[in-house]
Order: sequence, then C-alpha cells, then structure tokens
Amino acid sequence: MQVPYTVHTRSDTGLYNAKLGIWLFLSSEVMLFGALFSSYILLRVGADTWPHGYEHLNIPLGTVNTAVLITSSVTMVMAWASLMMKDFAKYRSYLGATILLAIVFLVIKGFEYAAKFEHGLYPSTSTYFGIYFTLTGLHALHIIGGIVVNAYLWGPGSKMWKTDPERFTHRIEIAGLYWHFVDIVWIFLFPMLYLL
Amino acid sequence: MEHTAGLAHGEHDTSHELSFWEKYIFSQDHKVIGIQYGITALLFLLFGFTLMIIMRWQLAYPGQPIPLIGQWLGDANAPGGIMLPEFYNQLGAMHGTIMVFLGVVPLAVGAFGNYLVPLQIGAPDMAFPKLNMMSYWSYFLGGVTMLSSFFVPGGAANSGWTSYAPLATIATTGQTFWLCGMIFLITSSLLGSVNFIVTIVQLRAKGLTFMRLPFFVWAQLVTSFLLLLAFPPLEAAGVLQLMDRLAGTSFFLPSGLVISGQPLHVSGGGSPILWQHLFWFLAHPEVYVLILPAMGIVAEIIANNTRKPLWGYKSMVYATIFLGFMSFIVWAHHMFMTGMGTVISAFFQTTTMIISIPSVIILTALLLSLYGGSIRFTVPMLFATAFLPMFGIGGLTGLPLGLAPSDIHLHDTYYVIGHFHYVVAPGTLFALFAGIYYWFPKVTGRQMNNALGRIHFFGSFIFINGIFMPMFIEGLAGVSRRLYDGGQQYAHAQGVLHWNVFMSISAFCLFFFQLFFIINFFWSMKKGKKVNSDNPWDATTLEWDTPTPPPHGNFIKPLEVFRGPYEYSVPGKSRDFVPQSEQEKV
Amino acid sequence: MSEAHTLEDVKQQVRRYVLVFVALLALTIVTVTISYFHLSVVPAIIVALFVASIKGTLVASYFMHLISERKLVFFVLILTGVFFLALMTLPVLHHADRGVV
Repeated sequence: MQVPYTVHTRSDTGLYNAKLGIWLFLSSEVMLFGALFSSYILLRVGADTWPHGYEHLNIPLGTVNTAVLITSSVTMVMAWASLMMKDFAKYRSYLGATILLAIVFLVIKGFEYAAKFEHGLYPSTSTYFGIYFTLTGLHALHIIGGIVVNAYLWGPGSKMWKTDPERFTHRIEIAGLYWHFVDIVWIFLFPMLYLL
Repeated sequence: MEHTAGLAHGEHDTSHELSFWEKYIFSQDHKVIGIQYGITALLFLLFGFTLMIIMRWQLAYPGQPIPLIGQWLGDANAPGGIMLPEFYNQLGAMHGTIMVFLGVVPLAVGAFGNYLVPLQIGAPDMAFPKLNMMSYWSYFLGGVTMLSSFFVPGGAANSGWTSYAPLATIATTGQTFWLCGMIFLITSSLLGSVNFIVTIVQLRAKGLTFMRLPFFVWAQLVTSFLLLLAFPPLEAAGVLQLMDRLAGTSFFLPSGLVISGQPLHVSGGGSPILWQHLFWFLAHPEVYVLILPAMGIVAEIIANNTRKPLWGYKSMVYATIFLGFMSFIVWAHHMFMTGMGTVISAFFQTTTMIISIPSVIILTALLLSLYGGSIRFTVPMLFATAFLPMFGIGGLTGLPLGLAPSDIHLHDTYYVIGHFHYVVAPGTLFALFAGIYYWFPKVTGRQMNNALGRIHFFGSFIFINGIFMPMFIEGLAGVSRRLYDGGQQYAHAQGVLHWNVFMSISAFCLFFFQLFFIINFFWSMKKGKKVNSDNPWDATTLEWDTPTPPPHGNFIKPLEVFRGPYEYSVPGKSRDFVPQSEQEKV
Repeated sequence: MSEAHTLEDVKQQVRRYVLVFVALLALTIVTVTISYFHLSVVPAIIVALFVASIKGTLVASYFMHLISERKLVFFVLILTGVFFLALMTLPVLHHADRGVV
C-alpha cells in the first residue's frame, strides 16, 4: 500500500502532500500565536501601568539572539539548497550549523531568564513579566521542537538521502518552512517585548 | 514468529506480516484507527451519560441516597450515597467536557471521518498514516488525563465545561488535569484536521472533482478547517490559564479579587472576559464541528433511502462553506451578559441571525429531498428522518438566545440546556446512530438486527423528548441551569419543579433503551445476518466499491469516477442507482 | 517549487538568500536603533511593527519561497489571515464591553 503524492506533486494542486500539510499546520500556529498577541494587546491596553520592555530587558542580548536566529534561518535554507545541488556534505554542515545556532539561542535565552530570576522577577511579578515568560517560553518550546526534528534529519533520518533523495529533500524543505516560521514569530516577539 | 519477523524487518517487503500490536493497537490503517476512535468515543459517551444519570437522580430526588451505585461513589463524593454539592459540580463539568470533546467530536470526526473519508474519495489511506495514529493516541491520553482527574484531591474539574475564570483559576487540582487533558485533545484535533484536509484535497481518485464529492466529505472538509483554525485560540487560553494556576500569573485575575473574604495575593491586572472571548472563539465553531458531520451522515442516508438525488446539492455545499466562515464571527453572542456595548451587541446579533440562513438552507434541502421519494424506512433512515425535526427544534429555539433582549431573560437557564441538547443529542447523536446502523455492514460484513434497532429508535425518540422538552418550560420560568437541588429553594421555580421528576424518569428510560443498542451492536458483530453483496443498500458512493470489510489499502481494482455522488433513479437505467465508478456505456 | 529546478536556478537563489540575510540584519539594527530614541507609544508601535512586517515578509517570501508558491497555499493563508484579523478585534471588543463603543 502506497500513499500517492508523497514525492511527486499532484498536477491539479501543484503540491505534494507534506507541503500542503505543513502550511496548514503553520496556519494553526498563526492562530495560536495570534491569540496570544491579541491577549497581550488587550491586557496592555487595559492596564493602568505597563513598563517599557527596554526598562527591564537586556536589549543587546535580545538583538544578538535575533541575529542568531536569522542566521540559523539562512543556514537552514542553505542546507536545502545544498541538497538541491546534490551536495550532501555541505548539507550536513549547514544543518549542523542551524542546530548549533538554535542551541546558542536557547543558551542566551537561559542567561536572560537566570538574570531575571536573580533579580526576583518571576511570571507572577506582573502581567508584563507573565506575558514575557509565557510568550518566550512557548517560543523556546518551538525552538526545542525544531532542534529535535533537525537533529533527526541530520543524524538517523539522513539515511533516506541514499534510498529516496527527492523525498528527503522535501523533508528538509518542510523542516525549513517550520523553522522559518519560528524565526518570523521571534521577529515579531522581539520588538513587542523588548523594544516597545 | 519472532524469527520470521526478524527476517522480514528492514526489507520493506509488501508481504511483511503485521504483528498483533501493529495491526490492532498501533495501527496506521485509517479503518482500524477509525474503529479505535469509534469504540473509545462510544465508551466515553456511555460514561458521560452515566454521569448525567447520577445528576438527574439528585435533581429529581435531592438529598436522597442514590440507589445501586451510590455506595460506590466514596465518602468524599457522596457520604451514605447522598451526593455532595461539590461532587455535583464535578459531574456537571465533566459531563459537558466528556460529551463534547471526548464523545461526540471523536465519534463524528475521528471515527466516521477516518473510516469513511478515504473510502468515499477513493484513496488507499489517509495522507499521513503515522500522524493519524498519533492523533488517536493523543486523544486517548487526553481521555485518560480527564478520567484520572476524578481521583486527585478535590476531584475532577468543577467549574463547568466552559472553565470560566476566575472561578476555574482558583479551583482544585482537577482543573489543572482538565487543562492538560484539553491540550492533548487539541493536539489530536490539529493533527487530525491537517490530515483530513490534505487527504481530501490531494488524494481524490481520478475524475472525482470537488463538485462530485459526497456531501459527507464536504462536511468533513469544512469541519476540519474549523478545528484547524478555531482550536488554537483555546490552546492559547489553556496555556494562559495553566500559567495562572501554576506560575502565579494573573492573566484572567482582575486586581482586588477577594475570595471568601480574603484578598487574593496576585499581581492582578488581568481580565476574566479575555478567557470568555478566547473560549468562545473556539466553542462557537465547535458547535458546527458537532453538527456538520451529522448533517453529512444524514444527507448520505436520506439520498440512499429515498432513492433520489439530494435536492439542491450545490446550494448545500455553498451553504456549508458559508456556515463555516460565518461561525468565526458570531462567538460573542454567548457573552451578551458581560456588559457589552450596544454597537458590538448589534453586530453579533446580526451575524447570529445571518448564520441561521445557511443552516436553514441545508435543513430545507434535506427536507425537500424526502418529497416524492419512495422512502425505505430502514433503521438508519428512521434516525435520519428524526434528525430533521429534532435539529429544527434545536435551531429554532436558538433564535431567542441570539437576540440580546430575550437572551437576558433566558441566559443560564434550563432553556439554554434544552436548546443545545436538542441540537446535539436528538440531533447529532441520532445522526451518529443512523451512521452506525448504515455503515455497520461495510465494517463487519453483517447487518445489525432490525427489530432491536427499531426498539432502540422508538424508545430513544420518545424519551429523549421527555427529557429536553420540559427544559424549555423550566427555563422560561427562569430556573437556573446550575442548581444542585434543581431549584427547590427558589419561589419562582415552585410551579415547574414537578417536571424534574418527569425528566429524570425519562432519562432513566432513555438509558434503558440504549441497552438494546449495546446488545444489538455486540450480538450483530458475531451473529448478525451476513450481507450477500459488497453494496447491501444499493448505494452509489465509492465506499461500497470495496471488498467487505475493506482490506489494508482499500480498493483492489484501479478506480475512476465518472459522475456525481447521488445518481439514484436515473431515467432509462435498468437499476435505480448508478455507482460513481460506473462508466457510461458508449 | 520542487520541480524543474536547474542547478543555475538554485545558485541564483543562493545569492538572493545572502542579500535577504544582509537586509534582515540591517533592519534589526534599524529597529533597535530607533528604539533608543524612546518615541512616544503610537509612533513607536507603528515603526516597530512596520519593520517587523518587512522582515517577516522577507523571510516568508524568500526563505519560505512564498513568491513562487501555488495558489492553494495562498488560499489557505488568506483564509487564516481573515480569521487572524477576527482574533485581533478582541481588544477592540473588550474595551467596547466597557461602554466605549
């Protein structure tokens, strides 16, 4: 039993199954983060006082982290392009770089969290910190998810390159779409939480 | 056995024999997963119904020990068999949660959708079989989490199925279980809906254009979009409420909240209304998640048993799409009592009136489909025809709730309970029963017993109305829906309280008549009359082109579709039905 | 997207990725720099969201290949966009609750 259109595109839709699947999944993610953004605006507009992000958060660290995540997005898309050019070794180093950069992002985030806890700033401190920890925490969970998937595709999952290179390239494209989405979420989180 | 399994492993041999675990437990076959969903969901429906039976005893005979099962409920819940108010609240919250999220939706979408959608579109399986398996197990975990919450200190969630903040925020541990359970269930729904949409869009057989899809498939497609886009806001809300409960934030807790005379030590600044917005942003589309698959099932059965094409197939499809779209912009009609401004209230009253139009179009089309047909009153058809007036009552009684002036009187009374139960119980559940009787021969190769089926139908039909009709009377009299003693303390309730006993006895009778279904279900599986063809109902859609029961991979011959889904009684044909896969003879 | 990719196509795309990367870094610096001016709330929000939207669009268009994507994907995204906007009306509705509208 073989499910059709896992590798080749269906002519009337122009897509293979997983491509449509990941965009649908990302749509639901848009609604998830959308609901949280909306809650953030609602709570902020309704609040008597609301601190500016730059009064409490470390902007240089946040900026570095933004750069780290953008770079990881580039290495991710380069990993895919390498596979398109049939260069497996290059693919591995680019995807490896993506994973490492994601870990760097989490480590920096960890330092930021630790600094907040040291100063006695917890989610319960104020609604601002509640939102900050919830949104960045949920985003970090998405990063961890991405690391797990990418690590699988870097390690055991990459065996597929030998048996079914086209399908494997699709997998990297799908993983990439997810990863870029996580990047976009951060692109919006960063100004919302740090700069405003 | 181990030896051969070891040899076959890793060879990707098509003749690879599946072990028991792969075949029945962690199966990736959409039909097995559909059956798993079906059985689990039916058990949850039975469990949720039992919770309500216990509540109905308390409502009819407040303060009297519950017979038979009272002694098993434990001293923390019902000392001496007499129910405590706290336990009543748990039962109420869990009845709603289980029926909606663990019973009806998994049965309508998980079971019927999983089993039938790939068959009706001529696909070998769902687009992502592994994902399909994961969504079942995520649902299963969600169910286990919900059930286990009965055993934690303080018992299960007890703040209503809506879990309004701040009541739910300060509730006992059971609420945390409820939230975690919901996150599993939402994950399951998201994986499932992605799978359904991709399957329907990508895996349609050759020649099966969108306007040739059976109406059931359309209903599942729109339902999947609703699940995909409406559930995430509730997930967000669930995460925020978990943070409120576990990390001490106050997203839903306003400043200066006082509980039992004690000011609550939180930072404050949150908004309880925010929870309601996020909750109803899901929960209104959820109503259509409950009803659309049911309409799909009824449409299939009506076309088959009237031996006529559906009246106005296209208008039904467009109405369904419009319905799905509108369902996202009516949610605040659940919140007229939150002190909303008149402009906003007028907007939501208007959209609510507009959304009734497509529902009426679908119902009218189904009703007109009966006209002039030579109807076969089989058991599935009995349930399907009963669906029409029952859903009609449910829908029409919703209109006064959608208009703010009348809603102010009716809000949170038994009228509301009557209204949505007419939609979901004699509405959706009847359609689901119809579906079980209708597709049982395809799944098992045997017919369900006709006589037992008729007893089940007439018993259910009479007593389900006996439960819900008096609710309108109590509600109009102003009896609140959440009273532990059914309203004994209230002067304005005295004139209608005698209905409580009537409703409870009806509920017990309804329970009794479900036994006929349970016996029929298991007896027919083993001993039912064997079907003598793959298409016992003389139906047109593709699921009847498969062997009975369909093997892994479904279709044994290559498939092409040449016509629309409901070509019944076409003039000039030798038979009164033309299957979709039958080629026109030139 | 996946079919009919010649090697030349991919090489050209890689050059484009590098340009987008530079643009993203530059925009990050821009938005951070502006934040140090401590503009008042409304212009600050407009500027920050404007820059973030450009960055998001760049990532979606080039890294996620949206500029050359199929109609069906756009259909899904537009549908999502409509409901996303419905979600974004929540704050308006909420404050209308208090009799503002």
